[in-house]
Amino acid sequence: MLYSVADGDYDKWSKPQFERFLIGFVIMLVMGFINIDFWRACAPFIYFVGVLLLLSVFFFGDYGGGAKRWLEFGSFRFQPSEIMKVGLVMFLSIYYDWLKPKNTSKLFWVIIPIIIIFLPTALIIPQPDLGTGIIIAMTGVTMMFAAGVHYFYFLIIVLLIPAFLTLLFYSRDTSWQLVTDYQFNRIDAFLNPGKDPLGVGYQITQSKIALGSGGLEGKGFMQGSQSQLDFLPYKHTDFIFTTIAEEFGFFGGVGLLLIYSTILIFCLFSAFKNRNRFGSLLTIGLSTIFFSYFFVNIAAVTGMAPVTGVPLPLISYGGSAMLVVLGTFGLIQSSHVHRLLKKD
Amino acid sequence: MEINSLKKNILEKKFGRRSFLIGASQLLLVGLLIRQIRQIQLNEAEKYKLLAEENRIDIEIMPPLRGIIFDREGIILAKNKENYRIKILRVETINLPSVLDNLSQLIKIRDERKIEIIQKLEKKRSNSSIVIAENLTWSEFKRVLVNLPSLQGIVPEVDFKRFYTQKEFLAHLLGYVGVISPKDLQRFSKNDPILQIQDFKIGKVGVEKGLDMYLRGQVGLGKFEVNASGKIIRKLGEEPSSSGKDIHLTIDANLQKFSMLRIKEYSASAVIIDLSNGGIISMASNPSYNPNKFVEGISKKDWNILLKSKNQPLANKAISGNYPPGSTFKMIVAIAALEENLINPEDIFECNGFYELEERKFHCWKYSGHGSTNLLKGIEESCDVYFYNLAERVGIDRIAKTARKFGIGVTPDLPISGISKGLIPTKKWKKNNKNQSWFTGDTLNSGIGQGFILSTPVQIAIMTARIATGLEIKPSLIKAINGIPIKHNKPISLGIKKSTLDVIRQAMFGVVNNKSGTAFNSRLINENKILAGKTGTSQIRQISEEERTKGIIKNEDLPRNQRDHALFTGYVPFTNPKFSVSVVVEHGGGGGKVAAPIARDILLYALNGALPNLQEYPAEERNKMESIINNIKREMISI
Repeated sequence: MLYSVADGDYDKWSKPQFERFLIGFVIMLVMGFINIDFWRACAPFIYFVGVLLLLSVFFFGDYGGGAKRWLEFGSFRFQPSEIMKVGLVMFLSIYYDWLKPKNTSKLFWVIIPIIIIFLPTALIIPQPDLGTGIIIAMTGVTMMFAAGVHYFYFLIIVLLIPAFLTLLFYSRDTSWQLVTDYQFNRIDAFLNPGKDPLGVGYQITQSKIALGSGGLEGKGFMQGSQSQLDFLPYKHTDFIFTTIAEEFGFFGGVGLLLIYSTILIFCLFSAFKNRNRFGSLLTIGLSTIFFSYFFVNIAAVTGMAPVTGVPLPLISYGGSAMLVVLGTFGLIQSSHVHRLLKKD
Repeated sequence: MEINSLKKNILEKKFGRRSFLIGASQLLLVGLLIRQIRQIQLNEAEKYKLLAEENRIDIEIMPPLRGIIFDREGIILAKNKENYRIKILRVETINLPSVLDNLSQLIKIRDERKIEIIQKLEKKRSNSSIVIAENLTWSEFKRVLVNLPSLQGIVPEVDFKRFYTQKEFLAHLLGYVGVISPKDLQRFSKNDPILQIQDFKIGKVGVEKGLDMYLRGQVGLGKFEVNASGKIIRKLGEEPSSSGKDIHLTIDANLQKFSMLRIKEYSASAVIIDLSNGGIISMASNPSYNPNKFVEGISKKDWNILLKSKNQPLANKAISGNYPPGSTFKMIVAIAALEENLINPEDIFECNGFYELEERKFHCWKYSGHGSTNLLKGIEESCDVYFYNLAERVGIDRIAKTARKFGIGVTPDLPISGISKGLIPTKKWKKNNKNQSWFTGDTLNSGIGQGFILSTPVQIAIMTARIATGLEIKPSLIKAINGIPIKHNKPISLGIKKSTLDVIRQAMFGVVNNKSGTAFNSRLINENKILAGKTGTSQIRQISEEERTKGIIKNEDLPRNQRDHALFTGYVPFTNPKFSVSVVVEHGGGGGKVAAPIARDILLYALNGALPNLQEYPAEERNKMESIINNIKREMISI
């Protein structure tokens, strides 16, 4: 796909991406064979490193695409928020593994994971990266749900969402505005892409045109006029799904979704069969991260959600997301391989 | 232990339920995605396919080349000349000021112009362009081409610009082209693709306007695949433009040049008609202007000079100048009288210098009077009193009818803008326009081509053409379209008695060739080129009774704008008429003295197809003519 959007230039995007994939794949396999107990031991460490990195982004981060999300080590740039996702899932997994089941729904033991979730979320949203922030929060909440926290708490969260949204829009143009103007623009463009078809709404409009013109069967590999003629923005990163759907049509787009769903279902079964509570929680959490990647991405390019800059897992051009996704696969494999291993 | 395992079991069941719920809701959300994709890709596919095509395909309208205008011999009068020009594209990413600075090192651009360009461009849609420099020389253009890599957004282009080879000599007849103005929009349908071509030029004046539909041609459509920044990727299809039709005019470029040079020192016009087909072979109007200035966009200063100039250089006097025909109208009155059998040519009227009507005196131009005057003498010596008598007898209605029959007061059907109708007054006209009843005095004034009567030089030439041939000669300007000659119907007879026409022609012969004739000085002595005609001196001021007794002020002593118009109309050769002419010199004084020599020389050139030969003039004229012809010769060579 990257070959197609690079206009048949293998070296441009495909080659580095393929190299990254190979590295990631090896890492995944290695991670898969490492004992789950090792990962359990790593979990708090990864979480706190993640938080520290986010803090350093907050103070020394690099700007890229209008947001401060990047950390640079020499020539290597990455987004700590990616590591944070995994760290959070791992940390919550050991938390609930450690917690006595009868305490799960007690208020005090509910507030602790909420703090664990809130800390990274609060650091990511002002970057600004509303998408990743929401993904992190939702992933955490999902894990709490999987861990068996009482329904009552989720009811409260569901009720709080409208209140939060009202507050969000009410805060616009005030001194305590909750998100940046840039994010408001994205939301505006989502709500009304036709209003400013050449400005912010342009991306969504062009993306929909690409999708729609692909039709049932698509225009054929490298035949997508929208992507080949540069009408699509970020065609090699966030909007790559649009190219797939334009060139391979409805079959291509839905086919990809079915592949993703198969991976999800496998993860759920794996989690279900896992005798190891840490492993099953980890698998559920990581598969939720995977789900949130492709769901948020595709929802954005099909005009169902605001554009948030979340890549399409395993396909979009970009290093850290690729490595993180393959890393999570490694962890899922590790917990699957060691599913019968009980904590002593 | 058992309790423990039971607990464990409950926990696992709970986890299973919960993870099932999570999985189910995730799959539900995937289902929502698929539903949305289906909506876009299947249900709305047609709409988006269309939008994608609109994105991808850019239709460019290609202007047609304007038809070329030739003279009757194939000399190019108006052509399309390469115009090297430079456009700039509106692309957000380029740094306009620096590009313009780079450009101004290669070609001259004023600083104010730079600001103007930037302001103009900002108002434009993305990827549209404006012209920033035109009419570059090849070397300037080459410099830009070579440096194109450092000039982002600059698009060099070669297009075509109208060029008029005859410049001032044929400005009025040809007119010029210009960009479509809001006023011109009425002539176009709203969807006409031509309106989308930036700076498309249409005929604004003259033949360029009159024949615009022939000359303009059909636009072409180019279909291009473009990328998001408007760059052309490939050509998808083309429907080439078809250029406008080439027109051969009846004009003779050399004769035209001679005519213009001959009337150079006057505010005047001259028209010559080829009697074999009605073709106008020369239509001169002076002063003139350079139409090429209008094509390039005339400066405000030059425009104001032309507008305010007192001799109206912008007007084509030959077709738009309304003049009292004066004595040239006397033929019409005579024909009306003869056709209605109201007089015999031999009938005598006494001229004592005036005609008395109800105690009002109508004067003859000759204060002492012409004495006994018959028709021949009346025309030859242009006796006003004779024609007062005639007019009173004929009456205005018959005069008007005859005038129209000969083309006076009738708009000639010519493909050129700005044609005047002239005016032949009738009783009804006076009632409607002046709210007065018609007096016999009005008829008397009409009888000598004064009063309300107005005519244009081309009408007078048509009148003489019809007198000379007895046929209803219709003027024309087009000889051929795209090389295919225009077929004219053979002109029909006017239905005027041969005896009538013979008498009139005889009188017109006398005007030029009898010693007492008003244009005797302008006679031609070669018996194959005998000139016949009629002078006219149209008076544009009232002469008071007091002035008449004291002695009428001579034209030379009057301020110029009160002097009479000098007219002459005639045809050659007398025995076998080939050309008719009319000359009007504004405020020129006497027709015989000023207008007739001009008409004679132009006709002679038309007959010879070359400069007049001195031997063709009477001996006493040769000295004067030698210097005139030599001057014109020098100027014709130098052009």
